[in-house]
Amino acid sequence: MMDVILAPLQYAFMVRGMVAAVLVGVVCAVVGTYIVLRGMAFFGDALAHAILPGIAVGYLLGDGRRGSLFWWALVTAILSSLGIGAISRNTKIKEDTAIGIIFAGTFALGVALISTVRSYSVDLAHFLFGNVLGVQADDLWRMGFFGGLVLLTIWAFYKEFMVLSFDPILAATLRLPVRLLDFLLLVVIAVTIVVALQTVGVALMVAMLVTPAATAYLLTHRLAVMMALAAALASLAGVVGLYASYYLSIASGSAIVLTSTAIFGLVWGARSLLWVRD
Amino acid sequence: MTILSELQRTSRHWSKQRAPHPSDIPVLRVQDLRVAYDGRVALEGISFSLHRGDRLAVVGPNGAGKSTLLKVIAGVLSPDDGKVDVFGHEPGGHICIAYLPQRNQVDWRFPVRVADVVMMGRVGRMGLFRNPRREDHQRVHQALETVNLTDLADRQISQLSGGQQQRMFIARALAQEAELVLMDEPLSGLDVQSQEDVFVILDALRQQEVTVLVSLHDLEIAARHFDPVLLLNRQLVGFGPAVQVLTPENLLHAYSGHLRLVETGEGTLALGDTCCDEGRHAGEPR
Repeated sequence: MMDVILAPLQYAFMVRGMVAAVLVGVVCAVVGTYIVLRGMAFFGDALAHAILPGIAVGYLLGDGRRGSLFWWALVTAILSSLGIGAISRNTKIKEDTAIGIIFAGTFALGVALISTVRSYSVDLAHFLFGNVLGVQADDLWRMGFFGGLVLLTIWAFYKEFMVLSFDPILAATLRLPVRLLDFLLLVVIAVTIVVALQTVGVALMVAMLVTPAATAYLLTHRLAVMMALAAALASLAGVVGLYASYYLSIASGSAIVLTSTAIFGLVWGARSLLWVRD
Repeated sequence: MTILSELQRTSRHWSKQRAPHPSDIPVLRVQDLRVAYDGRVALEGISFSLHRGDRLAVVGPNGAGKSTLLKVIAGVLSPDDGKVDVFGHEPGGHICIAYLPQRNQVDWRFPVRVADVVMMGRVGRMGLFRNPRREDHQRVHQALETVNLTDLADRQISQLSGGQQQRMFIARALAQEAELVLMDEPLSGLDVQSQEDVFVILDALRQQEVTVLVSLHDLEIAARHFDPVLLLNRQLVGFGPAVQVLTPENLLHAYSGHLRLVETGEGTLALGDTCCDEGRHAGEPR
């Protein structure tokens, strides 16, 4: 039994992968709590796809250094989230349509840019589905720093974000800076996506953001507890997923997401069996 | 421009700069108010004022602009023309204005407990990076006691009845130390007992000289429990004591085709037709 647990850990890349998976899982789950409660899942999915052209430019210009990829992705994510906001505010187009337009357009641009390189399909697969086992030590430091920044922001503005998400009109009558806080939350989501990019990639990102938070939502009636539970469930999914990936030889990103989905299914099924109602 | 005003608001919020409350002027003064959405006029030529402890009912058919009026007074919506003064200043400078949402516009599955929601009323006074202090907890406790919800403080909000939900929002306004309370359709969907409970609390608010402004469907409740009454149909049809405002002529004018007046032996019976959302009726084109 101990062997089963310890065997994968003799590889440094597995240990780094575990650390990355837990770190990313926690950050995504905490931020994901607001995404679930505010109904922003489609926005999160779109934002993850919309950063592809940024990654592509960083990839084409930089000589493969991850640091530059990170900054390109960050700038693109923030610009895309602002673009979506601007379109839906200033035209009669509804927000989900605006998201669809930006999302598909930028994603296509990213694929087009990457397709100019010969080894296109391998590299594209890494961006789309992540490569958590390829995480290096300096990647971990960067993830830790920006992930920590995200958690610190959520903690610092906890009561403001709660009021804004539950009752925007109350936030306005308490004269909170509503626009600024909305903008801050978008930036926080953008940074979270970039931090998580290497773990699950663009295509599966939305699962990291919503699945653990949704599972926690089924289990508690308190916001802070929901965040803590989501973080714990996401960490569990990260670790179990990587073991599954090691022993079953399946792609690491999808193993993590599938584990997370299975946990959601278990909780949901157990609740249905026990006739729990809200 | 918007960035500048947002920054002003931010600095005002975190420096806790608030408009003063002189006692010799009206709590609320609305002058020649005009609001339009996408070129369609929602409110026009509205003028009235309220004094400390007044309890105003805003009545009128669906689509008359009742919610819009409340939101402009709350300082959440900007008027296109005219002026709203609360204690002589624009509403945006005050945190003493409470807006209680219609219950069907609230996400009742949001993971918060009753006490959490009431504590939200304190957030405007706590300041950034601050946790609730002793005074905040005391205010929440008092507010819950006033509305008789102390026993349910730890319940998730979806487990409350309609009347309890309404009382929770009143408690939030109390915790906010609101001096002007705006309530959007607080009585719709409540049984008679729950409505009576709400009026007991509103009587207590009047004693504390809190000014209350309520939008309503029910003309009879407006006439019985409120003074003054404001009859609205995009324009101000009447403002004053119920007997002077809710006259057959005014009602016919405000409700036009959706009201029938029936003469009975004891007086005039008004049959209102205010069934549907957004002033649209079954079979009417959108």
